Amino acid sequence: MATAVNPADVFRQEAAELLATLETTLLDLEASPEDSALVDQAFRSLHTLKGSGAMFGWEALADFTHHVESAFQKVRDGVLKASHDLISLTLASLDQMRVLLEQPEQADRVRGEALLAGFADLAGPGGHSAKPAGGHGKADRAAPPDETRVFRIRWRPARDMMAFGGNPLLLLGELRDLGACTLTPLADRVPALEELDPAGCYLGWDIMLTTTKSRSAIDDVFIFVASDSELAIDEIPVEEAESPPRLGEILVKRGDIAPGGVEEELGHQPRLGALLVQSGKVSGDRVASALSEQKHLREAAKAKESSSAGNTIRVPAERLDNLMDQVGELVIAQARLMQVAGEGGALLKSIAEDIERLAGELRDTTMSVRMLPIGTLFSRFRRVVHDLSRELGKSVNLTMSGEETELDKTVIESLNDPMIHLIRNAMDHGLSTPEERRTQKKPETGTLHLSAVHSGASVLITIRDDGKGLDRARIRAKAEEKGMLQPGQEVTDTELFGCIFLPGFSTAAEVTSLSGRGVGMDVVKRAIDNLRGSIEVGSEPGQGTAITLKLPLTLAIIDGLLVKMADERYIVPLSAVEECVELTRKDDNRSDGRSFLNIRGEIVAFVRLRRLFEVAGEAPEIQKVVIVGLGESRIGLVVDQVLGQHQTVIKSLSRLHDDQEGFSGATILGDGSVALILDVPHLVKFARERETAQRAA
Amino acid sequence: MAKKILSVDDSASVRQMVTFALETAGYATVQASDGKEALALLKTTPVDMIVTDLNMPNLNGIELIKQVRALPAFKFVPIVLLTTESEDSKKAEGKAAGATGWIVKPFNQDQLLAVVKKLLG
Repeated sequence: MATAVNPADVFRQEAAELLATLETTLLDLEASPEDSALVDQAFRSLHTLKGSGAMFGWEALADFTHHVESAFQKVRDGVLKASHDLISLTLASLDQMRVLLEQPEQADRVRGEALLAGFADLAGPGGHSAKPAGGHGKADRAAPPDETRVFRIRWRPARDMMAFGGNPLLLLGELRDLGACTLTPLADRVPALEELDPAGCYLGWDIMLTTTKSRSAIDDVFIFVASDSELAIDEIPVEEAESPPRLGEILVKRGDIAPGGVEEELGHQPRLGALLVQSGKVSGDRVASALSEQKHLREAAKAKESSSAGNTIRVPAERLDNLMDQVGELVIAQARLMQVAGEGGALLKSIAEDIERLAGELRDTTMSVRMLPIGTLFSRFRRVVHDLSRELGKSVNLTMSGEETELDKTVIESLNDPMIHLIRNAMDHGLSTPEERRTQKKPETGTLHLSAVHSGASVLITIRDDGKGLDRARIRAKAEEKGMLQPGQEVTDTELFGCIFLPGFSTAAEVTSLSGRGVGMDVVKRAIDNLRGSIEVGSEPGQGTAITLKLPLTLAIIDGLLVKMADERYIVPLSAVEECVELTRKDDNRSDGRSFLNIRGEIVAFVRLRRLFEVAGEAPEIQKVVIVGLGESRIGLVVDQVLGQHQTVIKSLSRLHDDQEGFSGATILGDGSVALILDVPHLVKFARERETAQRAA
Repeated sequence: MAKKILSVDDSASVRQMVTFALETAGYATVQASDGKEALALLKTTPVDMIVTDLNMPNLNGIELIKQVRALPAFKFVPIVLLTTESEDSKKAEGKAAGATGWIVKPFNQDQLLAVVKKLLG
């Protein structure tokens, strides 16, 4: 790694050396003015001084040096002699350059100008070279107006592009980053295999790009290849009316076909594109490319229309909740319809299938309406972190990623309190004071990073700090003291860190105004559980801690696995299900009261739901075990029968049954009966506790 | 593995700025102070990209590019030439010698990284 030296200091030192070398070179040159090697050396010193000077903030020095350099360029070109006058003038300039380097504010401008005028005189009339341009070509360009444009680009790279280290795919990727992009390859110049140079680039591309960037952004993409490639970039005006040009018009405009050729074909019908290809007037890829242009224009016109009409409306959240409820009812009614239709005729069946599809789409649309970017939540924490860092005297830099990740509005609202708590904890216990961090050779400013990312039907939200990390020994001691762990009991990190979420747990030696009272982490846990989410903790001593919240995308409807015991049906959330296996009575009897199953060499504890729920009657000959996973732990749930997947609209239990453990809610099935939804985290916990008790016994 | 970029420049401050910017962006770097040193280094060290100055003692940027392109192992390696405004003709000369792209001095770190990303991905 580069040492953390200020590049400006390195430059100052280097420039001083350059000036000293230049001085020696000039004196040598005075002795032998014909020595071209000395002239080259002087030029190089001046050149480096100019180039680096401008880069590290010595603009005045660079500007001045530029003129001296120009004089030496002329000497190199043989236009000017390395005369005695030139050398004395350069030596005098050298002193000026030293001042510009060391104390730029004290430089005498009049003297500088006089010196430069001297160079101009030496160079003769018209010899005063132009001032160097500002240089930051790209940066200076005006910000493009935020308007959708459609560009048509036809690019055929030079055949030897790759032999110059170029890679056309990278440039195409860059175009794709600019906006919606459709590529049509032009393969007409690819030769027969025996003539093909494997290192040659024969392909070209027709590219339709819809972007809000300006033309110059596209020019920048091709900046290094524009001079050797065949490149045509045209902006196509987007009409607001929804009448994109016809295919024939596009082909004619592009010069791919003569105007008469289209008219000729239009006499016949049906699809013009197919006809044109068939008659050999234009190749298939050209037509495909033109069609993509039509599509881009149509979409851009649409976008323009909707933006001019205003593309958002505000709706009271309550109405969205009602809509969601009604969609839920619809999904239930549709399930009943499917059941009835299964017994009815083919016509009824096909209508029922249509309704199923529409209900599914309606459900997805309604859910997407309720989605909000999590950035709305994250940005609230800026202030929290700012205030806390002042209060605690810690310097903290809050960074975020994935702010655009969308989550159900209700989930986002319920996340506020738990996240504030986790942030407080990280800042209070995780991050150290600047003094402590300095002794640990870390930057004084700690980093707190919030990130959100999609993972299947869940969203992972991570709060990561680069503080001291969790103290395993102290958590262990505390957990033993509180009786959460047995002394000597072997635990995984997950189990150990899990202790901090148990009620009454806190390792902070002193209670601060922020945290440390042992209330909080268990509240966080409960809040996340209520959202049907889970918490994972990762921590390395000295490196920091990362707490990851795994949350479902939405609360209202889930995919469930419908299972049956006796006459009752239950739902297992499908996101928790890993697999289903059989349990024969023989195996069940052999298990001998112990509730373990060997699944491909791994021992998995199982819970007989029949026994747990006190279901009357005998279990069938062959039972099914649904293996559910939660974090690292897996358990099996023994049921009579697995019925299949089921769209589950979650209904909360009545207040009377709210504290019933083992169930997280209920749903209404197609035939109108009620199925309870199993609370997997609770069942996993139950199985683990029983296992611990059995081991202890 | 991080992609490795060779920075060739006779100015230590430019080399430092280039390597610092590249390393911060997650690339690995090696340095050489002129064309000759660069060629010697390339004999033993494979690199994914070369960023070279134009004016250097011993072996200048154009010559370096010509000789590197002649090496089979570096036929497709992107090479970026650092030039100044006054050397527009050098751009063409560099291109003819086999340079993939160029950066006009003075440049800042963002401009450098944009070009590296464009050519190296």
